[in-house]
Amino acid sequence: MNAPLSGQLNPEAIGKSVRRTEDYRFLTGAGQYTDDINQMNQTYAVFVRSPHAHARIRSIDTSLALASPGVVAIYTGADLPAAVGGLPCGWLITSTDGTPMKEPKHPLLAQGKVRHVGDQVAIVIADTLMQAMDAAEKVEVDYDVLPAVVDTGTASKSATAVHDEAPNNVCYVWAIGDKPAVDAAFATAAHVTKLDFINNRLVPNAIETRACVATYARSDESYTLYTTSQNPHVERLLMTAFVLGLPEHKVRVIAPDVGGGFGSKIYLYAEETVCVWASKLINRPIKWTCDRSEAFLTDAHGRDHATHAELALDKDGKFLALRAQTTANMGAYLSTFASCIPTILHATLLAGQYKTPAIHCEITAVFTNTTPVDAYRGAGRPEATYLVERLVSIAAKEMNLSQGEIRRRNFITEFPYQTPVALQYDSGDYHAIMDRAEKTADVTGFATRKALSVKNGKLRGLGYSSYIEACGIAPSNIAGALGARAGLFEAGEVRVHPTGKVTVFTGSHSHGQGHETTFAQVVADRLGIPMADIDIQHGDTGKVLFGMGTYGSRSLAVGGTAIVKAVDKVIAKGKKIAAHLLEASDNDIEFKDGKFSIAGTDKNIPFAQVALTAYVPHNFPLDKLEPGLNENAFYDPTNFTFPAGTYICEVEVDPGTGQTKIERWTAVDDFGNIVNPMIVEGQVHGGLAQGIGQALLEGAVYDQETGQLLTASFMDYAMPRAADLPNFTVETTCTPCTHNPLGVKGCGEAGAIGAPPALISAICDAIGVRDIKMPATPHRVWAAMQSATA
Amino acid sequence: MHSFQLHKAKSGIDATTMIAGKDDGKYLAGGQSLIAAMKLRLNSPSDLVDLSSAPELKGIRSDGKTVTIGSMTTHAEVAASADVRKAIPALAALAEAIGDRQVRNVGTIGGAIANNDPAADYPAGVLGLGATIHTSKRTIGADQFFRGLFDTALEAGELITALSFPVPQKAAYIKFKNPASRFAMIGVMVAKTGDGVRVAVTGGGSGVFRVADMEKALASNWSPSAIAGIKVPASGLSSDLHGSAEYRAHLVGVLAQRAVVAAG
Repeated sequence: MNAPLSGQLNPEAIGKSVRRTEDYRFLTGAGQYTDDINQMNQTYAVFVRSPHAHARIRSIDTSLALASPGVVAIYTGADLPAAVGGLPCGWLITSTDGTPMKEPKHPLLAQGKVRHVGDQVAIVIADTLMQAMDAAEKVEVDYDVLPAVVDTGTASKSATAVHDEAPNNVCYVWAIGDKPAVDAAFATAAHVTKLDFINNRLVPNAIETRACVATYARSDESYTLYTTSQNPHVERLLMTAFVLGLPEHKVRVIAPDVGGGFGSKIYLYAEETVCVWASKLINRPIKWTCDRSEAFLTDAHGRDHATHAELALDKDGKFLALRAQTTANMGAYLSTFASCIPTILHATLLAGQYKTPAIHCEITAVFTNTTPVDAYRGAGRPEATYLVERLVSIAAKEMNLSQGEIRRRNFITEFPYQTPVALQYDSGDYHAIMDRAEKTADVTGFATRKALSVKNGKLRGLGYSSYIEACGIAPSNIAGALGARAGLFEAGEVRVHPTGKVTVFTGSHSHGQGHETTFAQVVADRLGIPMADIDIQHGDTGKVLFGMGTYGSRSLAVGGTAIVKAVDKVIAKGKKIAAHLLEASDNDIEFKDGKFSIAGTDKNIPFAQVALTAYVPHNFPLDKLEPGLNENAFYDPTNFTFPAGTYICEVEVDPGTGQTKIERWTAVDDFGNIVNPMIVEGQVHGGLAQGIGQALLEGAVYDQETGQLLTASFMDYAMPRAADLPNFTVETTCTPCTHNPLGVKGCGEAGAIGAPPALISAICDAIGVRDIKMPATPHRVWAAMQSATA
Repeated sequence: MHSFQLHKAKSGIDATTMIAGKDDGKYLAGGQSLIAAMKLRLNSPSDLVDLSSAPELKGIRSDGKTVTIGSMTTHAEVAASADVRKAIPALAALAEAIGDRQVRNVGTIGGAIANNDPAADYPAGVLGLGATIHTSKRTIGADQFFRGLFDTALEAGELITALSFPVPQKAAYIKFKNPASRFAMIGVMVAKTGDGVRVAVTGGGSGVFRVADMEKALASNWSPSAIAGIKVPASGLSSDLHGSAEYRAHLVGVLAQRAVVAAG
């Protein structure tokens, strides 16, 4: 083995854009996704789903369907044993009146009522998929259709109850901040900017739909579940302990290659749970693959807030206070982490990058007859950023300040900074980000470009967004005090083989993020061995010791740190072995560039020789040290990390059609230290695409009477495509995170968080209106222009 | 998809013979709408007569005055045809902007016309250029062929064999895409032909239609300013998630003017 070049000459060092090792298999069709996996004697499942948003089930007749060719079994809600629980919610929010949130049962198969279009009513299992589909059409369900609660803003005033247990359809009313201080500040304000807006509901649309293959083995009474999950250990824990009552150690959950998640694959869903349960009853493996139409109706949606917000400023444009009331739509049932999104991950972010001294936010979470809503890329933080940054952008216009100036006057400049809404930012330099962003975006040249647009019969506008993000939600004890029902640590294991090759097991899960490259890069850098000698394993409860999974831009900051801690344990043990071999004291051994050496001498032993000695312990301090070289670590962060950035968007609007074209997009982000700049840039591009999608194209629309999802296919739900996007200019600044050893902050959600308000503000600037709804479709832009000139 | 019988026709006559007497037989051209609907179980024909092995239905001929296109000619073939690009570049451009590359490689002109999707491009091209539709039974003028939402003058079992387009003096097609489906929110074909000016609009409502006021104005003055003041009534146009009738009516005016500019 050739030792790699050290430091910055090493092409695999931290900070180098190493190409993604996983891409070869993805690009050549060699990925192994859940639907690629088949078991002997496998059956196929199809779910019968409610065509109504709200209905009582009078009766279900499966007799015709059971007689259909190839049918193995059909189960309905009536077949579920009493001991089988509903799908749990992982975060208890307590209302301001001290009562716990309402948690109506979310049955695996509908019992008594259906509560949204797509609610699962029965599972039909057959020898082939076609046979299951044919039989599913023959299941006769007699529905007594009830009025549907659809609109977020008025759900609490509806005469219809989605759940009898939740009066006025309210799940909880929760608040944060010092209301008297806020009200006092508003009373003295020189200027108040107010805004009412909807943060539009989004459908995640990962390219791979959800799927599972569930197998029961009579030989050892064990279950194996292949499924599309971002966190297989959490899925196993929730499924075994809280729903099915199965022995956790007899259930293996494997999330193989997963084609995108964006949050929608965090949750425990009914389908895979029912398949696990039924696999024992029929004693055959069951495969279920969601089709795209089902995905629109059943993957947990994102956002869906109705908000009233106000910002109080003094005469110089300094922020005095901010207050907001948001109604957050939970959908028909509480999804796994739904309750903490508008509260813990939204209201706590309302300080943004600013020294706003007083903030108060009240959240009313409501049930409606719509698909459950949960975390979707950004999860609460896009909603918070939209709230703050749209207020700030409008306030700047109203007070005749430039977008850069109003922000600079209010930026937090000293760290650590305690916000009035619970968070403590550890590091940041928001002025540096803004300076770089304005320079890169050539803001000074905007007037010239605008004049040229006008000459060409077009309108041009500029929009800013300075976002803050809180990643790697932690620590567990504080989260627990706030209602979390799960830990927020991560686990990692570093297994050094006798030849010095290394297998790393991580509780993080990669479903597009490139962990196999980034994590290997971190370990290679730390151990001074080539990346080719390192294999990253994830996504299998049978291999990985434990894991909380991937969400909230936590993988490197939390999962990566767990790996680093395990690597450091390996190095510490390696030093003792090396000391024995070199006949030196443990304290005199240094480890650098893959070699253990006696400090101040040229006596050294390479890493691989220490590894071999650990497994062939002939010359080994067996009296003091166990053989082998395998370490694991659990890491529970002491704080969130706080990435921040400024996005500047420049648009040109065609006044004839209302079409918006993004001419320039500048993103300057502070993600702390960066391991692989290329992967980070890719993450920013993807996040920006989704943020631009929310602002310009995407939006789930329900029929307000019937609760039917009108945007239930790509014919009506507009996803962003390459042609909708500009060439992004992505740059980074760096203030390292102060509380993890890599100094990293997280980058996965930034684009989706920061993009929408920059784009909406740019459109408003171009067409000269105060506000426009998302998505700002050509029709909406045109209509806004008509009413502005009317 | 429900099960069905598949028949492979070797010629147009073969196809019409095969479909006769079937419960719910359908011709399978490119299948870019039909197969998708069948997969969603929204359409369940008893029999499909596949036209892809009937060579006489394919190909493009041009004699300088007329371009004739076989019904099974794909959008990609029309877009790439030197004859079409030379004689009616607007038609080649229209074909090149249908759907995506995959759709264009399989979808056919005959299938598109027979389906008559209210937001499809070809109906605007066929009506706007005043084409003639040749079928297994007769010839039908474009003005007689399109009858509203997914409805045409075709009788049961009648098969489109070819379309012939008179070469216009000038023509252009401009489409404003629905942001989700990329079908036409509004598409406008304007053409100055030997038989006068034609303006055809797709995407507006229940099917492709002509705008007589614009045709009249352009006949006397072929310039965007001639139609700048002509308002298409919103009544009769569709309102949906993506655009109101008023917006669509407005787009007809804007796109028609731009099409006149593009036509030169």
